Amino acid sequence: MTDQMDAGIVAQQIAEHPDALSKPYAGGELGRGRRRKEDAKLVTGQTNWTDNISLPGLLHMTVLRSPMAHAKIVSVDVSAALELPGVIAAYSGADLADVMGASMPCAWPVTPDMVSPVHTPLATDEVRYVGDGVAVVVARDRYAAADALEAIAVEYEQLPAVVDMEEALKPGAPLVHSDKGTNQCFLFDFPGAGADYAETVRGAGDDAVVVRRRFRQQRLLPTPMEPRGVVVAPIAAADEFTMWSTTQIPHVLRVMLALTTGIPEHKLRVVAPDVGGGFGAKLNVYAEEILALVVARKLGRPVKWTESRSENYQATTHGRDQIQDIEIAATKDGTLLGLKVELLADMGAYLQLITPGVPVLGAFMFPAIYKMPSYHFTCTGVFTTKTPTDAYRGAGRPEATYAIERIMDELAAELGRDPMELRRQNWITHEEFPYEMVAGLTYDSGNYEAATDKAEQMFDMAGLRREQAERRERKDPVQLGIGISTFTEMCGLAPSRVLGSLSYGAGGWESASVRMLPTGKVEVVSGATPHGQGHHTAWSQIVADSLGVPFEDVELVAGDTRSSPKGMDTYGSRSLVVGGVAIHKATGKVIEKAKRIAAHLLEASEDDLDFGKGTFSVKGSPEAKLTIQEVALATFAAHNLPDGMEPSLDSDYVYDPENFSYPHGTHLCAVDIDTETGFTKIRRYVCVDDVGKIVNPVIVEGQIHGGLAQGIAQALYEEAVYDAEGNLTTGSLVDYLVPAAPDLPHFDTGRTETPATSNPLGVKGVGEAGTIASTPAVINAVVDALRPYGVDDIDMPATPERVWRALQGSDEERATAGTVSYGGSSTGSTGGSASSDSLENDGSAR
Amino acid sequence: MRVRMKVDGVTYEDEVQPRTLLTHHLRDGLGRVGTPIGCDTSSCGACTVDIDGESVKSCSVLAVQADGSTITTIQGLSGAENGDSSTWHPVQKAFQEHHGLQCGYCTPGMIMATVDLLKRNPSPSEDEVRHGLEGNLCRCTGYQNIVKAVLSAASELRGEGPLPGSFQDAPENDTAQTPAAETAGAPA
Ligand code: FES
Ligand code: FES
Repeated sequence: MTDQMDAGIVAQQIAEHPDALSKPYAGGELGRGRRRKEDAKLVTGQTNWTDNISLPGLLHMTVLRSPMAHAKIVSVDVSAALELPGVIAAYSGADLADVMGASMPCAWPVTPDMVSPVHTPLATDEVRYVGDGVAVVVARDRYAAADALEAIAVEYEQLPAVVDMEEALKPGAPLVHSDKGTNQCFLFDFPGAGADYAETVRGAGDDAVVVRRRFRQQRLLPTPMEPRGVVVAPIAAADEFTMWSTTQIPHVLRVMLALTTGIPEHKLRVVAPDVGGGFGAKLNVYAEEILALVVARKLGRPVKWTESRSENYQATTHGRDQIQDIEIAATKDGTLLGLKVELLADMGAYLQLITPGVPVLGAFMFPAIYKMPSYHFTCTGVFTTKTPTDAYRGAGRPEATYAIERIMDELAAELGRDPMELRRQNWITHEEFPYEMVAGLTYDSGNYEAATDKAEQMFDMAGLRREQAERRERKDPVQLGIGISTFTEMCGLAPSRVLGSLSYGAGGWESASVRMLPTGKVEVVSGATPHGQGHHTAWSQIVADSLGVPFEDVELVAGDTRSSPKGMDTYGSRSLVVGGVAIHKATGKVIEKAKRIAAHLLEASEDDLDFGKGTFSVKGSPEAKLTIQEVALATFAAHNLPDGMEPSLDSDYVYDPENFSYPHGTHLCAVDIDTETGFTKIRRYVCVDDVGKIVNPVIVEGQIHGGLAQGIAQALYEEAVYDAEGNLTTGSLVDYLVPAAPDLPHFDTGRTETPATSNPLGVKGVGEAGTIASTPAVINAVVDALRPYGVDDIDMPATPERVWRALQGSDEERATAGTVSYGGSSTGSTGGSASSDSLENDGSAR
Repeated sequence: MRVRMKVDGVTYEDEVQPRTLLTHHLRDGLGRVGTPIGCDTSSCGACTVDIDGESVKSCSVLAVQADGSTITTIQGLSGAENGDSSTWHPVQKAFQEHHGLQCGYCTPGMIMATVDLLKRNPSPSEDEVRHGLEGNLCRCTGYQNIVKAVLSAASELRGEGPLPGSFQDAPENDTAQTPAAETAGAPA
């Protein structure tokens, strides 16, 4: 330390406690598999889940939910509930009508004429799905609050359920929202950035081969292991509120609560304490959050609501639920001509925060990694009397990836080509980046060849194909299927300008602050909100690497609008790509400020200073140096700073990405199918993912594993089923098959590293990759095994029963269209229930 | 009704309703909130605790049924509750060392179920681990690292030392196996 550095009492005390000061930075922090800082509390049960929060005088809220899919509310009588011991209050929707806000928000009007029905936190006139809230009770404990629900008398007048999307669009169908006159929410038409699809196919004349399929994206229940919950503590006299919620988005939630309830934003503090997984299901503004807030305000007492799992399955948003009519065209030599996508997307009964945006997000992803001159996408949003859908891990991108990767296999079969060879022929080669896609996006980087070569090697593709041929030859009752998925996705949501052009209601930036404390420790404040991703660890690594301070010396502050006041939160694999880059940029500003002060203290010019591993040194005289921690202490003392210099190194950065990022990879799946029982067993799963630069490889691999589990679950196990009356028949964890350890295989993961060129860290995001890629890999494997039996598609989940039925040729419910003809040129049947259809007729049914 | 039980080394005597679930008694009555609840059908295992030496889903037991028993929850599993990681149970250590958790919501139940599994089968195969933990759901990890953690803890409890962990402390002792990345240039 130079003598100017004498910071008096602080320096003295630090000298007595050398541990309080930092050790030198060892380097190599990025790419290191650091142990997670999060784990200590999680493995010892010292976690702060929302339901763990207890306050003096805390009351419990429960919600009475509609047992009917669709009914008029004739009357709600809560008076008997109020007589029960321990019941503090009970309210119907009408009782709260003037305080609960006019409608809950939908932030994504995907078309100017989108039908956006009123959605109040409690129904007042009609209930529109099983689980729609009708009344609330507030009582002294959970049991009393649950009991009191039974004392509420509701008279309903039943209305017809609307369960099937295609039926819902037919003229004369019963309406979910009778005042809207239609069940169609929107029609989104996107003709792509290339040539006209129909003209392109016609132009190819007899050389065009067209394959068409109808795929179903079944409805899924996201099932974070922690159900939702909320606690609201009011300071009644000041009309101020603190809300703890199991949310991925405390910052967005605060804005939306203010807009919905009229409580001024600055009087609301929203905290996401430890959150037990989200997967998109906690990316929302929920009725219970608003209800707990307005009830706590009304009573002036703290209120808690905790969801049961069965309630979660009715009242928390569902995922997927699309019917996809996909048509792909190529010349006979396999060169793609174009892709046509027509979606029906089930909104459920109401629009939640981004319900209509989820399928529309997929519009940009269907062409995936393939070069093609033409593309056309349309999506019709449909109201049904079911729980609203919204984001679920991947949100629009798994659906798109499934469709394109499935139909590439069908095209290969039609052309008699190897499915990987057909992909190679059409994908963007690594020399062609940056590449402008037919869907309008510009992919900055990628190397599909490298990932595929590595994956095929790990998988032993040649050996498995040989074995498959032998087993087919000898008609082995256990058949081997091989499935491919060469996927990409768009991550890092998102450039705000792009979101604006898509009519999304908010931006896509992320905020960071880096605070150098006097002792050289660092607090990093992030607007990204963790719920299992390991932000505490990864952000510490980024800060340690940029500032040259030890990993242990960095602490993350996040998830609380009071201490991390600005943020766009966590979803869409955006935390690292947007939030991480914001942190990196903020550290750059800290270094800039520190450099000015260091130059002043070292009596050198800024240009003569080098900065590396946390130390400023004077070029040519290496002994003249100061660590960034010494500069921090000098800044705190502020005895000797450059003239006019603010005595602080703290810096903020709000980063708005210039582009999405595009992770990609090659996933290969081998399944054994017992043709006698229909049982599918994943025998080998290999994936090579390219997620760009890696901050922590262990965390990355964990994200891939978890993603794979959810994608495989869609392929083989999970489906939310509604009966004709609109009842969710898979309404608990007994009926909804979330895979357990024996249901999943061992995954062999590898990676290639092609840095993103659109951000300074070269990172791409990894949260959704496994989910997006794996579903088609598994189903392609299942169909590959069954193809010799004349099967060319199977609905998900591919349960033993479905596989067995497909083998018996009795899978009649599945509407698989075969080949279509264009302008007279036609191709042979693909072996499905071939139906001829012309472009002109196409789509006229809706 | 009056129940008396010893939980994580402390004896409690309380008035409960006949219908109070043990899990609610632990959480709301005794403030032992380290054990979370993930379902209402005894399907997920998040609430698993040890009752008199056996792992039990605490949501499937009434508080009155646990009268007179000795219960260990995740909070009492390690030697100390002051965060001293040197006192952690080998299973707790293994879950961290092998990244067997992400959000951590399933973790208390997974760890308690693992402790019981390894008592009954000290040398399980990978398959036996997977089947042994069938009653515990995890939505984050895909189970692979949980299986690794359990096999490592088994090895340590047998006195054979833990399996090599996934993480790297500092540059000088980079011994761990992480998947090698290839900087992608032209394809091979
Ligand atoms: S909470 Fe006990 S098994 Fe799910
Ligand atoms: S770590 Fe999140 S549920 Fe297992």
